[in-house]
Amino acid sequence: MDAVSLKSVSKHYGDKPAVAEVDLDVMVGEFVALLGPSGCGKTTLLRLLAGFETPDAGTISIGVREVARAGALAVPPEQRGVGMVFQSHALWPHMTVGENVEYALKIRKIPGPERRKMVERALDTVGLGERRDSQPDQLSGGQRQRVALARCLAMEPSVVLMDEPLASLDVHLRESLQAEFHRLHRQLGATIVYVTHDQSEAMALADRVAVLDHGRLQQVAPPRGLYAEPATAMVADFVGRGMVVPLDTAVPGRAGSVEAQLWGETIHLRSMRSGASMRACLRPEGLSLGETGIAAKVDRAVFEGAATILHCRVDRAPDVLLRVLHRAAPPAEGSPVKIAIGDGWLLPTAA
Amino acid sequence: MTNGAVPKASAVRVTVPRLGLSSRGGDRLLAGAATALVIVFCLLPMLRLLMEAVLPSADGSLPLESLNSRSVFRAGTNTLVSSFASTVISTLLGGGFALLIGLTDIRRKSLLTLLCLLPLLIPSQITALAWIKMLDVGTPARAVIDVVFGTESNHPLYGGGGVSFVMGLEHAPLIFLAIAAACRALPCDLVEAARAAGASHRRVLFTIILPLLKPALLAGGALAFVSAIGNFGVPALLGIPGRFSVLTTLIYQRLNGFGPSVLGETAALGLILALLAAIGLIWQRWVIRRAPALRTGGPTGPILPLGTARPFIELAAWLLLLLLTVVPLAALVGAALIPALGVPLTFETVTLENFIYVLTQYQPTQRAFLNSTLLSAGAAIVTAALGLVLAYYGELRRWAWMRALDAVADAPYAVPGIVLAIAEILVFLKPLPLLGVSLYGTAWILLVAYVARFLTLALRPLAAAMKQMDPTMEEAARLAGASGPRRLFSIILPGLRASIMSGALLVFLTAFNELTVSALLWSRGHETLGVMVFSLQSEGAAGAAAAVASITVVVTLAVAGIATLFARRLPKGTLPWMP
Ligand SMILES: Nc1ncnc2c1ncn2[C@@H]1O[C@H](COP(=O)(O)OP(=O)(O)OP(=O)(O)O)[C@@H](O)[C@H]1O
Ligand SMILES: [Mg+2]
Repeated sequence: MDAVSLKSVSKHYGDKPAVAEVDLDVMVGEFVALLGPSGCGKTTLLRLLAGFETPDAGTISIGVREVARAGALAVPPEQRGVGMVFQSHALWPHMTVGENVEYALKIRKIPGPERRKMVERALDTVGLGERRDSQPDQLSGGQRQRVALARCLAMEPSVVLMDEPLASLDVHLRESLQAEFHRLHRQLGATIVYVTHDQSEAMALADRVAVLDHGRLQQVAPPRGLYAEPATAMVADFVGRGMVVPLDTAVPGRAGSVEAQLWGETIHLRSMRSGASMRACLRPEGLSLGETGIAAKVDRAVFEGAATILHCRVDRAPDVLLRVLHRAAPPAEGSPVKIAIGDGWLLPTAA
Repeated sequence: MTNGAVPKASAVRVTVPRLGLSSRGGDRLLAGAATALVIVFCLLPMLRLLMEAVLPSADGSLPLESLNSRSVFRAGTNTLVSSFASTVISTLLGGGFALLIGLTDIRRKSLLTLLCLLPLLIPSQITALAWIKMLDVGTPARAVIDVVFGTESNHPLYGGGGVSFVMGLEHAPLIFLAIAAACRALPCDLVEAARAAGASHRRVLFTIILPLLKPALLAGGALAFVSAIGNFGVPALLGIPGRFSVLTTLIYQRLNGFGPSVLGETAALGLILALLAAIGLIWQRWVIRRAPALRTGGPTGPILPLGTARPFIELAAWLLLLLLTVVPLAALVGAALIPALGVPLTFETVTLENFIYVLTQYQPTQRAFLNSTLLSAGAAIVTAALGLVLAYYGELRRWAWMRALDAVADAPYAVPGIVLAIAEILVFLKPLPLLGVSLYGTAWILLVAYVARFLTLALRPLAAAMKQMDPTMEEAARLAGASGPRRLFSIILPGLRASIMSGALLVFLTAFNELTVSALLWSRGHETLGVMVFSLQSEGAAGAAAAVASITVVVTLAVAGIATLFARRLPKGTLPWMP
């Protein structure tokens, strides 16, 4: 069953599309990350789900209920039963931690004793049971964000929406809270739609990642699929900085594989059954130095601890730099090398 | 951490809780009530005034035709001339002190600033009265004047000169505020670049700083001019006895003399006043908009050293400021402490008779203290509530129609007070529909007029605070299922206490001292303090007038002090005297 379903949803500001024809279904209990560069419409999409914005076209359903249909219906946010964790945590400063969590329950007119139990449980879940009577400004940034999460969970929302909840925290805290989100998601089975522009965060947390660019959905796939089989050049580039190279020819071979010509060399690429373009996505770990292959010169060697990334300028296309993962001692800068292509992916669309 | 604390099933519940009554009902009720009040109190009177002034009256004559008379022409000319002269005085005083405090290394700046802004707190009629008292027969200042200029039977301030001078003092803070703000925003590097190019301090002042301050000067000047055009307190106390009539006093005298029968004619006069004010305000906005944007980022507020002249300039500044602001107030209190006009104030003559008289014996002043307190408190409460609702739906929820009302609420404050008073009479003279009673002649019309006039004072700080508020606070409450009114009261309101209090106290303060609107709307039994000061003085009860004014000043300063405490952590400029 779908917890959230968007059908060709669009939203314009002026005549600029912020979200364009997005189709997305999120299953119950699924953790979906919305990933994309700044200004691509992630926040807008989330706010459409929450009900702070109304779509210009398309429909939005939450659970079995249609909550927005362009021009016809808009269930206001306060009646959608979704929870949200904001980047700014948005804790109400004049209430204690406990009162913040309790607020939604009071509105539901849940009787006192039960309400207090629910508050306690929610705070315990995020490990802040002790801090019920603290003021929000006595907490650290990470603790505040955990209270915001508890506040959201206490109202037992059908979907939890998070808009870059960790963006304002330092790296260390971010990692520990990521682990916590992961645990809570597993433990509670909550449906989560999580906005981030940090691809490693999306990959670490999500069951599936939805990549947005200029308001359009580029690809929705599990993290591994996204990395190994990007649907568009944008996804290839944005996720793991894949190298997109133009092919001379591409001839379908066995199922799931094509034979292609790249700068005069014959290479083998993985591909989808249907759909093919004349571009391939290469990754540093798919390339190696060999006896034969694409002729290039080492431009720069960047030491990255476990390995070295060699930036090599292709002889036949001097404006292209291929990055090669290299574990042995790096060759001197300027020395000629041959690059063998062990693994690559044929982009399925021309976009 | 406990494991599995929140039951799995409930966390993934897909059915959405139905939250009873539609949350929009409350929103609509609250916003609708506020809309109705603003329309009836603010918009309707303004439109009614316009209609009355331009449409033919019952006998077929056009009210605007009645303006073609010698007395109107003379009052109009006097208004323009005295307003212009007073603006020049305001510019010299307010601009001079703003430059001195803003741009030089003069010491004790905050105290000097406070003195410069003191006239903002003292209403026109009391400033005028204080100056009358300072130069009254029997005072040392008058003795000097009589020796220098020969004995004059009339008070030296009665007439056009006195009106211009005292209005000039009263409105100098408007220019002071504009210039002081511009000085603070002046990028230092512009001045440093000129110094590096070899310009002397004097040259920098005249070729760099003053040209850059010109827009602020013009904008402040426009405000001072508009205020002078609408001023009633000063010409009422200094112009009427000196047979120097301006448009505001002309309207007052006609309505006072002939009653509501001349409403159409005074509405036409009022329209002229309102148009003059509108031209000034539009010009002011235009000047501000056209001003070149100064880069921000680097340090601002350059300082030019006064050098060896500093002690002398400081001495002169202090003496002049004290003479213009504190000495007249002292003279006012002094005049309240003598038994009769002309008696010198000594240990033998000092008496509290006047205070005892106005506080315990004379009923109209006793009523005035009670009325003004109740009316001002009422206006403060109503404007705070109304302002809160307008600011919430306009600024935070961004409802287009509530934002439009925000502009409507400005109008009654932008037009001269006497114009608003005519407009309110026009609407509320006839019995109210359904109720069948007229508000005219009751205290209610005063309350309505005060709310209309001062709504914007309460609304500004609230709107500014709402604009600064993090919208996610509200959104989070919304997702928690709270209705609009509930969010307003449980989430928004607690964070706005200081803004509400300082706005409400500002309204209280201004209403407590109000004269212009009240002068046309008061009735026997419903006197206000401003009206009492004016009428006691014009009836010759000089000591009583001084006593009422002195008490008012003390209360005003006390309330201003409290408001200042509330506004300490609010954005600068929330209170006009806290730039
Ligand atoms: N209220 C608004 N009015 C006009 N344009 C808007 C508004 N909100 C967003 N936009 C525009 O819509 C586009 C998408 O904005 P959105 O905030 O959804 O991006 P985002 O992916 O969340 O970006 P970021 O990572 O920077 O938060 C942007 O180009 C933005 O300028
Ligand atoms: Mg965003």
